[in-house]
Amino acid sequence: MERKNLVEMVNIHKWFSGVCALRGVDFSVGYGEVVGLVGDNGAGKSTLIKILSGVYPPDEGKIYFEGKECHFSSPREARMLGIETIYQEAAMVPKMSVMRNIFMGRELARFRVGPLAYLDIPRMEEESMKALERVDLRLRSPHAPVDELSGGQRQGVAIARAMYFKSKLVILDEPTNNLSVKESERVLEFIRELKKQGISSIFISHNLYHVYPVADRIVVLSHGEKIGDFRKEETSVEEITKLMVLP
Amino acid sequence: MRHTLLFTLRRALLLREISSLIMLLVVILVFFALSPLFLSRENVGVVLEIIPELGIVALGVTMLMIAGEFDLSVGSLFAFCPIMISLFVSEGIHPILSIVLALLLSLLLGGLNGFVTLYFGIPSFITTLGTMLIWRGAVLLISGGWPPPFSSALPTAFLVGRMGIFRASILWFAGITVLLWFVLERTDFGNWMFATGGNQVAARAMGIDTGKVKLANFMLCSLLAGFAGVIQSFRLETTLPSMGGGLEMEAIAATVIGGTALSGGVGTVIGTVIGSFLIRIIDNGLVMARAPSYWFRVFIGIATILAVILNTFVRERARKMRC
Repeated sequence: MERKNLVEMVNIHKWFSGVCALRGVDFSVGYGEVVGLVGDNGAGKSTLIKILSGVYPPDEGKIYFEGKECHFSSPREARMLGIETIYQEAAMVPKMSVMRNIFMGRELARFRVGPLAYLDIPRMEEESMKALERVDLRLRSPHAPVDELSGGQRQGVAIARAMYFKSKLVILDEPTNNLSVKESERVLEFIRELKKQGISSIFISHNLYHVYPVADRIVVLSHGEKIGDFRKEETSVEEITKLMVLP
Repeated sequence: MRHTLLFTLRRALLLREISSLIMLLVVILVFFALSPLFLSRENVGVVLEIIPELGIVALGVTMLMIAGEFDLSVGSLFAFCPIMISLFVSEGIHPILSIVLALLLSLLLGGLNGFVTLYFGIPSFITTLGTMLIWRGAVLLISGGWPPPFSSALPTAFLVGRMGIFRASILWFAGITVLLWFVLERTDFGNWMFATGGNQVAARAMGIDTGKVKLANFMLCSLLAGFAGVIQSFRLETTLPSMGGGLEMEAIAATVIGGTALSGGVGTVIGTVIGSFLIRIIDNGLVMARAPSYWFRVFIGIATILAVILNTFVRERARKMRC
């Protein structure tokens, strides 16, 4: 396979106890591309994304990342290759500070003693503020607990984290759910920022109106099958909506 | 000027330990007013002698609770570990080796708590309720209900040797406090503990091995409970089969009074130290004030509930303060 796309998923099938969740889906993401993945609840969006992020393997089909075939056996493996998935409630630990959340599991150490690493807190403070500035998120202190932030700011922190750790692909699962119009607008800004930095992203939503403004390409799933894959300039909100509401 | 003062006040009120600290100061003042002897040299010595035993157990319970799990078996292990030392010594094993073996056994039993909880996915409350009964039963079976003879060959000085009005145990307590504070606040493992207890799904998603984190804390908690039991047994120079009865509740009370959340992910080492002081000082102060000792449990109960209410209330107010 030639290296024209970052992600290439070919003929993906997935069954759950006899029920077919995905039926031969082809899905790709180009370098620096924002792909909107839309579809009704139960269309197979999350299943497709969970396969791509290593939560479960496909029953059939192949995944290529940067042109190489991949078999992820855990989300950790996918993350090591640079695939960062941001699930709404699973992205942050609310009671922990912004800084500790950003470096959770990938702490910066000054030195190690046996199994323990001594945290380099001054550097983590500095780096987390820098990372937040890159998404234009200005917080008073890196020690603010995440539960004091708004929903949009939390998405910003998660995206700043993905950028900081040089992810190649950021998957956002319903990032605008339960957010006000203004807050949703901020999340779209974060996604544009990702694109500017050359990082590809997949934006999953059941709300086409949130996806449409930022997406370069829109993929529509329905009942486990891909029923549409359009470059944005070749389509319109009306056309996709019509497709989505078809039985 | 007013601005910075307010800011400092807000930060102080947001400290997890603040309500327990205020309660501790109030309790000390009240007992001092009731009986001036309360702050006498001798009495302070008495209090500092008994605090480490509860404090060390409570620190283990705190660490485990921050990581999101519970241990009710600490009181039983508190008796089990010194009983095993007596048993080993009476079998002719070298006293120091006996201590090491008994502590290793405690560590292992903590691992068992963790394994059963994590492997079968059952609540640690249930697992440790079970092991609490099992270890206590084992203690009674081994001892036959009577304290076994206490070997004079056991080196007690390094744990409970007298140093003026203190005993060595207070140094162990201080050392363990500093060590655990460091692990919790300044190492990657501490960050994993907060993450595991605070949102296990997120911690896992970020590649943290939450099972390993919990298992390590189960083991630490049991080791400290066994160790504290050895301290008490060496101080009293006997091993009562009943020792540590009800200690699990006092340890949880000390933890919760100190601002650690029952639900995990939140807590401090210093708060638990303050909570342990509070409990033992109420215990001692009631005696000094010649109150019937039955009042002890009543007051601990009130202190526990009050501390949590205060904590919630004070934090809510402090957050809304503008500065």
